Amino acid sequence: MQWEIVIGLEVHAQLSTQSKIFSGASTAYGAPPNSQACVIDLALPGVLPVLNKGAVERAIKFGLSVGAKINSPSIFARKNYFYPDLPKGYQISQFELPVVQGGNIQIQADGEEKNIRLTRAHLEEDAGKSLHEDFHGMSGIDLNRAGTPLLEIVSEPDMRSSAEAVVYAKTLHALVRWIGICDGNMQEGSFRCDANVSVRPCGTEKLGTRCEIKNLNSFRFLEKAIDYEARRQIEILQDGGTIRQETRLYDANKDETRTMRTKEDANDYRYFPDPDLLPLEISANWIDQVQLALPELPQVRRDRYMSEFALSAYDASVLTSSRETADYFESTIKQLPGQAKLCANWIMGEISGQLNKEGLEITACPITPSQLATLLKRISDGTISGKAAKTVFESMWNGELERNVDAIIAAKGLKQISDDSTIEKLVEQVLTANAQQVADYRNGKEKAFNSLVGQIMKATQGKANPAQVNTILKKKLGG
Amino acid sequence: MTLSANDVKRIADLAYIEINDVEAKETLDQLSGIFDLIETMQAVDTSTVEPMSHAQSVVQRLREDEVTEADQHELYQSIAPQVEADLYLVPQVIE
Repeated sequence: MQWEIVIGLEVHAQLSTQSKIFSGASTAYGAPPNSQACVIDLALPGVLPVLNKGAVERAIKFGLSVGAKINSPSIFARKNYFYPDLPKGYQISQFELPVVQGGNIQIQADGEEKNIRLTRAHLEEDAGKSLHEDFHGMSGIDLNRAGTPLLEIVSEPDMRSSAEAVVYAKTLHALVRWIGICDGNMQEGSFRCDANVSVRPCGTEKLGTRCEIKNLNSFRFLEKAIDYEARRQIEILQDGGTIRQETRLYDANKDETRTMRTKEDANDYRYFPDPDLLPLEISANWIDQVQLALPELPQVRRDRYMSEFALSAYDASVLTSSRETADYFESTIKQLPGQAKLCANWIMGEISGQLNKEGLEITACPITPSQLATLLKRISDGTISGKAAKTVFESMWNGELERNVDAIIAAKGLKQISDDSTIEKLVEQVLTANAQQVADYRNGKEKAFNSLVGQIMKATQGKANPAQVNTILKKKLGG
Repeated sequence: MTLSANDVKRIADLAYIEINDVEAKETLDQLSGIFDLIETMQAVDTSTVEPMSHAQSVVQRLREDEVTEADQHELYQSIAPQVEADLYLVPQVIE
């Protein structure tokens, strides 16, 4: 039987606020244990939560960027469970009326556009951290993370392969960074995925029983965990078994998922509206202000690059993979109108290659867009060849001659010979010295032509303009 | 809606409250009384009334996103039963 895999993702994006969602404690990563856990985060008696405007604003930003409805009023609920890193005995989350309702994310899967529907995105607080290393048979609790604002973004079960799920997660990851609501640092846990996976016979509508895989903190693990889980479920069903709804953990070392706990039905969390928090009203005026401040979205920019600069869908996608890369491209193209493809090739090729090699972000690129534009200008006006440009690029990257393109070209003698009469003279010299090859070419040996070009380039140390050499050589040989 | 003794046990279990059979019976009677009261109230037609999520008709006040709390972990930890390496220690829990 052919099986179809059905995947929905829940992503926890840590919002990039300075302070926590309900307290004035810092959210900075990596501080000494419990140095950023105040009385509210510790749930000492008598304290009350006060909602952080910055967290709400980021949720609105997200909602607007995915075309969702912003609920007003929106309400907070208590999700009750017991764990030592949750001092209150409940997590403040949202159940009914989340801030963000619905919305859509477009992904590029297999060269085609696909729409992934969002169910909702709600605000909630993170829990603390339990350290199970040996503290004489005790567990250590660090509450610095308790109360950190999260936006939980829930998709509909619209993905049909692990590859699609990864593209969706990457698109979402790029979006939250683009609009500046989350730093997207996966190592630090700022962007974590849970995957709901089920399988069903191809052609059927009814969803199979799903399992939830928790805490996938890399795109690679997300893909592998889904692949493993789908295989596991298909094997069980093919052997006549049934799937038990449960929460599973992915073990990267063994590349398998295993039972963490059987799924409590939603009632077990005994959600109810938090009496400590009043309904959140979001005014139309506030929404308008956020809308006005929203940057041009990646999708819009991608489409614009295709129509305005005639770039391919692939080039446009790569250039809009982050706002910084897109901005870099735009600053470059502004100084080199009409040369979009040349700019795109260099940013996606040399620049991104060097950045990757040195583990740098584009914001730390030693070559500015205007320096790159100057270099590319010298290629397009024929001053240097593409090959020589790479040498100049290297010098610029290393900071030689204050990254002055023309100074580097002069110092290294890379200027191309583009003067027709000079090239003609050279061609004639080479033709005279290589009578045999000239004869070969005239007798139909095409290869002899390349050899002659090679001779000319060698005579000029590669500095002759290859296009001109070709034209002139052809003319002379034909004549 | 009728509640059974098993429901009471389950709720107690979820709330980490230990109760014996006698207490469960007493609690069942009390909870059933509350349910009866709710049932009486449900006879009122509220189809045109928007549900309230809070008893007071006021809205949430928001704070600016600013760090206002200083590190006072030593003070807070002075009342904790056990602390090591700045961590609160609790009986080991592993799921």
